[in-house]
Amino acid sequence: MTITTREWLLSDAPQTRRQARLGALYQGWLTFRANKLALVGLVILILLVLIAIFAPWISPKSPFAQNLGGRLQPPSAEHWLGTDALGRDILSRLIHGSRITLFIVGTVALVAPVIGLFIGTLSGFLGGWVDQVLMRITDIFLAFPKLILALAFVAALGPGIGNAVLALALTSWPAYARLARAETLSIRKADYIAAARLQGAGPMRLLVGHVWPLCVSSLIVRVALDMAGIILSAAGLGFLGLGAQPPMPEWGAMISDGRAFIMDFWWVAAMPGLAIFVVSLAFNLLGDGLRDVLDPKGAKE
Amino acid sequence: MTAPLLSVRDLRVNFPTRSGVFEAVRGITFDLGRERLGVVGESGSGKSMTGRAILGLVRPPGKVTAERIDLQGQPILNLPEDQMRAIRGQRISMVMQDPKFSLNPVMTVGAQIMEAYRLHARATRAEARQKALDMLAAVQIRDPQRVFDSYPHEVSGGMGQRIMIAMMLAPDPDILIADEPTSALDVSVRTEVLRIMDRLVQDRGMGLIFISHDLNLVAQFCDRVLIMYAGRVVETLAASDLHNARHPYTQGLLNSLPRLDTAVDRLPVLKREASWRDAEILTPQPGGL
Amino acid sequence: MSGGNGTTGTGGRALFGPRFGRNLRAIGGVLLSLGLTLLGLLLITFIIGRIMPIDPVLKVVGDRATQAQYDAAYQAMGLDRPLWEQFLRYITDVVQGNFGRSISTGHPVAEDLKRVFPATVELATLGTLIGVLVGVPLGVIAAARRGGWIDQIARVVALVGYSVPIFWLGLMGLLLFYGILGWVGGPGRQGIIYDGMVPTVTGMILIDSLLAGDWGAFRDAFSHIILPASLLGYFSLAYISRMTRSFMLEQLSAEYIITARVKGMTERRVIWRHAFRNIMVPLITVIALSFASLLEGSVLTEIVFSWPGLGQYITKALLAGDMNAVLGGTVVIGTCFILLNLLSDILYRVLDPRSG
Repeated sequence: MTITTREWLLSDAPQTRRQARLGALYQGWLTFRANKLALVGLVILILLVLIAIFAPWISPKSPFAQNLGGRLQPPSAEHWLGTDALGRDILSRLIHGSRITLFIVGTVALVAPVIGLFIGTLSGFLGGWVDQVLMRITDIFLAFPKLILALAFVAALGPGIGNAVLALALTSWPAYARLARAETLSIRKADYIAAARLQGAGPMRLLVGHVWPLCVSSLIVRVALDMAGIILSAAGLGFLGLGAQPPMPEWGAMISDGRAFIMDFWWVAAMPGLAIFVVSLAFNLLGDGLRDVLDPKGAKE
Repeated sequence: MTAPLLSVRDLRVNFPTRSGVFEAVRGITFDLGRERLGVVGESGSGKSMTGRAILGLVRPPGKVTAERIDLQGQPILNLPEDQMRAIRGQRISMVMQDPKFSLNPVMTVGAQIMEAYRLHARATRAEARQKALDMLAAVQIRDPQRVFDSYPHEVSGGMGQRIMIAMMLAPDPDILIADEPTSALDVSVRTEVLRIMDRLVQDRGMGLIFISHDLNLVAQFCDRVLIMYAGRVVETLAASDLHNARHPYTQGLLNSLPRLDTAVDRLPVLKREASWRDAEILTPQPGGL
Repeated sequence: MSGGNGTTGTGGRALFGPRFGRNLRAIGGVLLSLGLTLLGLLLITFIIGRIMPIDPVLKVVGDRATQAQYDAAYQAMGLDRPLWEQFLRYITDVVQGNFGRSISTGHPVAEDLKRVFPATVELATLGTLIGVLVGVPLGVIAAARRGGWIDQIARVVALVGYSVPIFWLGLMGLLLFYGILGWVGGPGRQGIIYDGMVPTVTGMILIDSLLAGDWGAFRDAFSHIILPASLLGYFSLAYISRMTRSFMLEQLSAEYIITARVKGMTERRVIWRHAFRNIMVPLITVIALSFASLLEGSVLTEIVFSWPGLGQYITKALLAGDMNAVLGGTVVIGTCFILLNLLSDILYRVLDPRSG
């Protein structure tokens, strides 16, 4: 008698730990797959990553090549999305710009949750005055308007893509710290932590081996839902001229370039805005789907 | 013979799930007169769902079907919502498990009692207020005036449940469904609350459907008992006949309770058999009246 | 005096009831944390002011100053004192409303702020108003008819609101409604002919023009503010409708809703009188937060619409390296954030019978 892989995965009584784990993953995938929009989001993002990787090969022109004779051309067979004020091909700039977007989002999404995880778990795990001090600092950052704080940071550090990333990371960690602390507080009292402690595990080992892994899944959901916000903030910084500097094809900055010609040459500003919209929409759709899978309580709402 | 107060034939409640249709209630048949009918079963046996189905309160995607549900001879199954609203509260009412959750936390007790009465009796504010105070007094609340103005979080569980009873009986319904009315209360106040409810129901000659998992309690306060298992009635008995129960599940439920009159070394664990799900029902004549 | 245990009805929800002592202590705690947060805000702006690569002295004395002039200015600005002393001085100045002089406008920053802040508040208030008036009903109906077409529309509206860059949508709005259709006034707060015609009372032109009884100016100001305010309102409504919906869904699945239905209440009454009354308190917090984020979101909107408000002021100062102006503006917005949080906290205590 043979059973299909599907039956094996969906078994009510898994025989091994591996089967249980794979089964849980498969269940998650089924939940995710049921959300068609989340799938659309995933496909868009996979496309975006592919575009970023193969940018030099698929972009029809150089993103930097100027052609002052052919400036502000409307979309045509030659330039699918038209050209900008310096005669550069907008499509090529968008394709190359995807790398910058992914770089910013990726870095912030890596750095901010890690800072937040570290501070939050430490705060929740140690308690006492450490907790008081760390949470007070977190509150202060949370009380600050994010974009303004990022603006002030960039102003202090000087405009540029690296500083923009740093400013965004510095302003987005507190939410993750709060989340990680809340998770830690609920984990801290659990019996298996007491068991591990009885086996002689030190605080560091408990933190790294037992607390961190359990905080990660809720952090991932949160990051996925925050990605769109990060993209929009980064684009906002770029729009204000505080992110990537010319001639880099950053999407926010490209909108800023097109602003002066908006009434007559709408495509210069419209195209990069559409790109930002599509990508952050994809992240939002994906985040919704991930939440359904990883955080069933939140999904019910 | 006049029509019974409530007559239910082959009631079914289904919920579609990812792994197929879940049948919460699978063909229940009973009649209710001006009597106290106990419905007993373990959690998940479909007893609460039965109560909600009668009131037309099963929310989509749940689906209710039945051969018929008649209230004093008049069909109420799948009645349009506005006609059903006239029945709810006015003719059939329900008391739920935990007053902590079943009372609206941001409305005063008085406002919640008046609301139902004003709607159904078309009474003025002053009349409704008087009725609410009377009802609070009827459920033996000593200082009705003060309780009238308080919020649900300011009263104890036992008092909350008495308020609930006062509220549900204010429009003088014919039938009260009590869904585990004392499970969330302290043991010390359970009997008191039940006695108050019992007296009001008897005085008014209402029909009571008392849903509980506690066989002893039901035997004490009811005239007749339906035993439910897996969405079906497995046995119907007069409360006084409980010790003559023939169904092994009922016997199991009885034996799993500690007894004062005989020494029992160790309480037997309730055994369940798959065959019970679909076996013959032991009381062929519905209602048994 | 800690009041009764409150389990059996002390009846009142009044602030000064038997729970006065507890309320007082709670408010004391809130004020303490408010003070600490404000202090932290100032500390952060102070640090940002110190680590910036711009030499504040050079900005004052100019490039061609002699070393002696430079040193004199250096000392006059207190930069030779220890850092903690500088911080103390910074706090004292700020508390007295002294943010220093703006290098780009030449005026004291406090004076500039008094001029630009009302413009931003006017915009953010109108935006929040739109967000609440549309977002709350939308969220309630979406929750009540879950899965229905209004719910789907609300979902799309919110999803787009969360995904679209505000400044880009603003540009596209200008292109469509001003450039192509000509339905609204263009960038800025007023048309040229009305500029400076209305006497300043509140600094909010819609109100000032009404006070002056100048309908023309009012109509002109309205045609200028409606597009940016709708834009901010859209973002506000995306957030408010989502939160309203999820609060409502939570309440609609509560037991007391079944109680209300058992009592035979109409669906309208179940929704608005029972469920909605229960979400009003958290909703106020959401609205306060949304208003705060519009103050912040106005940075980009003001740039797009050339709106002479706080956001534009801060951004222009940033690009000019005018740090006094940046920090002054930041402190003002940060303080608004903190005060709005405090306000929603107090409203929560007063409005929710369960608190205390």
